[in-house]
Amino acid sequence: MAYTEEELEKDLQTKEYEYGFYTDIESDTFPVGLNEDIVRAISKKKEEPEWMTDWRLEAFRNWLKMEEPNWANVHYKKPDYQNISYYSAPNKKPKYESLDEVDPELLDTFKKLGISLDEQKKLAGVAMDVVVDSVSVATSFKSTLAKKGIIFCSISEAIQKHPELVKKYIGSVVPKSDNFFAALNSAVFSDGSFCYIPKGVRCPMELSTYFRINQAGTGQFERTLLIADEDSYVSYLEGCTAPMRDENQLHAAVVELIALDGAEIKYSTVQNWFPGDKEGKGGVFNFVTKRGICEKNAKISWTQVETGSAVTWKYPSCILKGDNSTGEFYSIALTNNFQQADTGTKMIHLGKNTKSTIISKGISAGNSQNSYRGLVQINSRADNARNFSQCDSLLMGNKCGAHTFPYIEAKNKTAQIEHEATTSKIGEDQIFYCNQRGIDEEKAIALIVNGFSKEVLNKLPMEFAVEAQKLLEISLEGSVG
Amino acid sequence: MDLKEKLISSFFAFEEQIDLENDIHQLRNNAIKFFEDKGFPTKKEEAWKYTSLKSILKDDYSIFPKKEETIDYRDIKKYCIHEIDTYQIVFVDGIYASHLSNTTHDKFDACLMSSALNNPKYKSIIDRYFNKIAPEESLTALNTAFSKEGAFIRVPKSVAAEKPVQILHFSTGNESALMLQPRNLIVVEENAQVQIIERHQSLTANAVLTNSVTEIFVEKNAILDYYKIQNDKISSSLIDHTHVKQASNSHCSVHTFSLGGKLTRNNLNFYQHGEHINSTLNGVTILEGKQHVDHNTLVHHTQPNCESHQDYKGVFSDRSTGVFNGKVLVDKIAQKTDAFQSNNNILLDDKASINSKPQLEIFADDVKCSHGCTIGQLDNEALYYLRSRGIPLKEAKALLMFAFANKVLTGVRIPEIKQRITEQIALKIGVHLGFDL
Repeated sequence: MAYTEEELEKDLQTKEYEYGFYTDIESDTFPVGLNEDIVRAISKKKEEPEWMTDWRLEAFRNWLKMEEPNWANVHYKKPDYQNISYYSAPNKKPKYESLDEVDPELLDTFKKLGISLDEQKKLAGVAMDVVVDSVSVATSFKSTLAKKGIIFCSISEAIQKHPELVKKYIGSVVPKSDNFFAALNSAVFSDGSFCYIPKGVRCPMELSTYFRINQAGTGQFERTLLIADEDSYVSYLEGCTAPMRDENQLHAAVVELIALDGAEIKYSTVQNWFPGDKEGKGGVFNFVTKRGICEKNAKISWTQVETGSAVTWKYPSCILKGDNSTGEFYSIALTNNFQQADTGTKMIHLGKNTKSTIISKGISAGNSQNSYRGLVQINSRADNARNFSQCDSLLMGNKCGAHTFPYIEAKNKTAQIEHEATTSKIGEDQIFYCNQRGIDEEKAIALIVNGFSKEVLNKLPMEFAVEAQKLLEISLEGSVG
Repeated sequence: MDLKEKLISSFFAFEEQIDLENDIHQLRNNAIKFFEDKGFPTKKEEAWKYTSLKSILKDDYSIFPKKEETIDYRDIKKYCIHEIDTYQIVFVDGIYASHLSNTTHDKFDACLMSSALNNPKYKSIIDRYFNKIAPEESLTALNTAFSKEGAFIRVPKSVAAEKPVQILHFSTGNESALMLQPRNLIVVEENAQVQIIERHQSLTANAVLTNSVTEIFVEKNAILDYYKIQNDKISSSLIDHTHVKQASNSHCSVHTFSLGGKLTRNNLNFYQHGEHINSTLNGVTILEGKQHVDHNTLVHHTQPNCESHQDYKGVFSDRSTGVFNGKVLVDKIAQKTDAFQSNNNILLDDKASINSKPQLEIFADDVKCSHGCTIGQLDNEALYYLRSRGIPLKEAKALLMFAFANKVLTGVRIPEIKQRITEQIALKIGVHLGFDL
């Protein structure tokens, strides 16, 4: 790579912060439907260079030839892809004038999660007049990063300013024709995050989409590209614990992680999109492709807490290409009411002495269906590969289901693979014990669920872990019985 | 002409051999249509993801052997469990060999499928049980279409069979390639008990493809032990479908010993219809060369308070491949189910591979379900320990392998079978241990 750290730093110093970038765009929405013209128009709107437009078009052409996958253990009415508007600029007009207008149920949830008033306003879509404060926070935050040479911006900005990095890495882990949803995303992605950590740099703070001011909510087709150069470290947080009342029914995001030699990426997600109401009406379809590649001695660690969305289809994966690389996957998937989740991971061992750990905790309540689907593949040259997988399911009531579909493929005699899965329910004696000590049933269940998910919660960054714990409690409210 | 076309056109020839007035002929007609529609399964199907039939379907199999070959008991003695007194139902090239067999109608029936199908005495049983649990699946349908011969075993209420029954299929290699489709029906009525041993054996190096379907009904309080010995020649392939339906308080165990054959596919499905049922599925697989074994199991718990235990052990050397695809399904009302599934594998060579897919699908909350799967090697420290005490490497390895497989072997209730399997494993490894397990 010709782009050195110094050059990057220089770039960043001379760069103007364009927080108003989006406000220039009129709030407009493209006509429904998808064709090459729409793809071109999106690209044009983003003022993208020609190679990017061509890349999108190629993805679109591939997408036309593909079929929507139906192997997952989820059932939903397939969206009509020609009945969606593929570009809609962030609405300038706030949804509400003051917090009093916001759904009290939502505010109640915010309060339980312990989210600050300002953040509450932002998340609920209330007009913000105290923005100044958070802008200044974000600015100081940005300058700290810039000093280290870290690039952290939206992917549209990166396409403009760091085309060589984007060009080199975009689609290198999730090719544009990887799967139906990834191809769709590649053709029409609206925005997303881009992050580059230079050689040997340890990112001093948890990077989070939270702090990105020009990011208005979560895009429908988000694209994230995260590159950790040699011997660097980054911890990235995605999403937030607050419930997102998103208008878009279909979400097809792509996340690509690249950990070069000796780098370490920790990627944590908390997803709490609208799961549909108690009767299972509405709710977000979350079809995400997340994958990371590890070079020599690199490490990628995925942690996810999935409590939202009506349908989840998500398999954050690691390609352990380099020798001595490590992949980790820690997941809590909680489904309630009529939610369906089919989630898990793929660990592809290619290099020697590669290690992977999978800890998956599934909690199903109400009428929900929760599946773990995972692949552990040890290829013939991956000597001394090691995997440990543990999938535990907790069932509440007998209307829900828990499913485990592990695929284990070993082609090397030195492979050591262990997989175990258990299914259980919350013991009556455990609840009785809590009741005896004055803890009511709902609290007791929350306590037990927290204990069950502890191994994964511990992997989350501190503040997030506290919120996630509360989130589990809230998501299970009313499921006792 | 490929095998599918050949089979479909042979069906007309087949119709000339059988009684078309029989009620089950409609089943055959429907089945051949189903097969014509679906064809042979390919790797695109989830259940066949890891097993390709391509290599075994290309031979030009003859569907009906031209002439009867007589073989002598001397030729087959070593393949029988001859140390103990048993009933024997022997087929040579798919045709019943009466001079080698020892059937009975005395206390219970151990006879031929063809006589059961054609004898009015058994009509009520055939109507009640035949083709009732074999699922709509292309290979099962193919077998149903050509169903004519096989073993029929019926143990009436409260009868315990006084000796085990052996079902033996031999192929003589009279044809350069032969396809066999035996169809077995086993009914163990209330409080009855029986032990069955099944073996498919080729006597020459000519290609044989066996597509076998066995339906087993274990009624209330009945006990069935079923042993499948698969140690065939490298030219022979076996696709076995065994479907077991169990009623309340019954016990059924199926042991599968896969030690040979070119391609072996075992579809083993258990359907539990009643409470307090116990199902056991055990398997030992020891492969070498380019052999391929695929265990595809299903245990469907539909009622509360039942148990199932699956334990499959595999040792793979050279370029052999193993597949374990196990599924445990627990219905909403099947509370207090205790289901356990375990698959342990040892890979001895770099070219050997194993694909394992232990699945749980659970809809009830008050259950104890777990599965475990491991892939590893022989423990180097244990090997070192044994060698430091003067046991040569080969024997040390053999000892560890026996220890590995022993848990499954201890469940075998006929000591002679255990003895036989132990000998065969020792022979495979090329050691003489000088002790019995």
